Amino acid sequence: MIDDICIIQVEGVVTAFKERVIHQGVSLCVNRGEIYAILGESGSGKSVLMKEMILLLKPQGGEITVLGESLTHIGYQEAQALRRRWGVLFQFGALYSSLTIAQNIEVQLKEYTSLSLEMREKLVASKLQLVGLSAEVGRLYPSELSGGMVKRAALARALAMEPQLLFLDEPTSGLDPIGARKFDALIAELRNLLGITVVMITHDLESIFSIVDRMAILADKRVVAEGSLAEVLDSTHPFVERFFKNEYSQKRLKEKVEDV
Amino acid sequence: MKNRWYITIEKRPRSTVLHLKGLWRLERIAEIELSTLIRELPPRRPLVWDVSEIEGFDSAGVLLFREWYEKSTTLYDEVSVRGYTPKQKELYLLLSSVKGENLSPKERGFFEGVGRKLFNGIEQTVAFITFLGHFFATWWSTLLHPSKIRWKEIAYHLHQSGWSALLIIGLTSFLVGMVIAYQGSVQLAKFGADMFIVETVGISITRELGPMITAIVIAGRSGSAYTAEIGAMKITEEISAMRTMGFDPYHFLVLPRVIALMIALPLLIFFSDMIGIFGGMVASSMQLHISMTQFIDRLYEVLELKHYLLGMIKGPIFAFVIATIGCFRGFQVSDNTESIGLQTTASVVNGIFLVIAFDALFSVIYTEFGL
Repeated sequence: MIDDICIIQVEGVVTAFKERVIHQGVSLCVNRGEIYAILGESGSGKSVLMKEMILLLKPQGGEITVLGESLTHIGYQEAQALRRRWGVLFQFGALYSSLTIAQNIEVQLKEYTSLSLEMREKLVASKLQLVGLSAEVGRLYPSELSGGMVKRAALARALAMEPQLLFLDEPTSGLDPIGARKFDALIAELRNLLGITVVMITHDLESIFSIVDRMAILADKRVVAEGSLAEVLDSTHPFVERFFKNEYSQKRLKEKVEDV
Repeated sequence: MKNRWYITIEKRPRSTVLHLKGLWRLERIAEIELSTLIRELPPRRPLVWDVSEIEGFDSAGVLLFREWYEKSTTLYDEVSVRGYTPKQKELYLLLSSVKGENLSPKERGFFEGVGRKLFNGIEQTVAFITFLGHFFATWWSTLLHPSKIRWKEIAYHLHQSGWSALLIIGLTSFLVGMVIAYQGSVQLAKFGADMFIVETVGISITRELGPMITAIVIAGRSGSAYTAEIGAMKITEEISAMRTMGFDPYHFLVLPRVIALMIALPLLIFFSDMIGIFGGMVASSMQLHISMTQFIDRLYEVLELKHYLLGMIKGPIFAFVIATIGCFRGFQVSDNTESIGLQTTASVVNGIFLVIAFDALFSVIYTEFGL
């Protein structure tokens, strides 16, 4: 399933807010069909990098290519077309609070496709089922859901347009450990089933150990390590040392090796 | 019909084969229309769906296929599928229990709507009375302990609602004063009663128009701001956070706003009176050639202090109405963003209506007492 074509390519990206430099030549490559994690300390510009990938921010320099489209000189029409090919899960869901969950999932289908109402309803129901929510939840408003359900509903909305690419901003943050593992399993299942590529920002060691194929470590304004867990662990950068080589991570890592 | 991009029919002597091909994806499936096609196949012959030539699919495509496949099983005796990949089968099975349900919010009947409106109205009234009760309790406890008054917040809101509003109040009052003088001068000139323009402008501005214009501008300006500020704090749970820290929102948010507006509004009315009369003065010197000195001399003679005071008394009361409605509406914001807009609108509409209603009440009282 994983072939080596960069579905997202980031080359020498430079970002600065006024005098504060966030990225100084960030480069990475996300392959088709993999679950790719972006790691780093808070303030290292993970979210900024993701926002640049999804056309919410423009970097000062460098080049980002997503699904074969260069984002630097992208026109309005191309950008709009591109936006329909990815789904984004925001950290706190960002569901439209005045719409029900079903309407939240349906909104893009309604705007962008000429599908019949009946078909749209079926698609909404299938998305709810896919993320493990009952159809009844579709009638509720976002404020009536628990945190975990909001995440699932937001994931269903992100999947509504059958995207090839899924961006997740801290998908497991704010979930209980059991809920977080279930969410991980869900992401992996969706990837296997629908063949989508997943890019996620995460701090969750469990996710990194269990579902992530490759990752990039952001530190010192650039990518200090990129690759599979084994490759990243070869790095001697202080952040990698702190993050992976503490007692807890070491223990989990040993367990993982034993599992294999 | 673009069906031929997605399906070809092969009629064999002993069976019919439907070859599916192309992209069965969300962006395409609106083009696939099989309802007539599926009825016109040779009857009583086994039907075979061959999906091996499909180039790409997603869950929408699988759902569509399932729909037609199931329909075909009711129309034909023997139906089978061949050429599917394990992944297609997995997705098919996963989606096999999906039923399209109408998940839109339930529609309300006429009587339910009326009933809800009525109960909603009662609820709002009770909530407002509760709000006022809470407010006066806070007010009382603050009066007993004056050291607890939040001077800094009061000063901030005085600046925001008072000082910053001077320009717009001045402009509005000046224009209103001019309009009154212009309109009045035309009528008065007919009777040769030119000098009565001073009474017309002076008394109407100080008694009625100054307070009313100021209150309406402030209801639109500060009433809406109070609702939006408190409403946004409610949505982001800042108000809950304050409560858990023991900061009573009535003490920290409501009281400073109400007190500040009750101080600011009379001052603004004074300002409005001055500018309004000045506007009238400018217009009458232009229209009736009454010089400014003449105007002011006459003003001393005819404008009794009571007119000014009767106008001024309304200030704190209007301010109280606007500020309490603004804060109350802010607290009424529920946890969706749409309600901020609704409550802000309601705040301004209620505020302006109540200002006018109270003004009418004052007129009746003043007349009854012969003031």
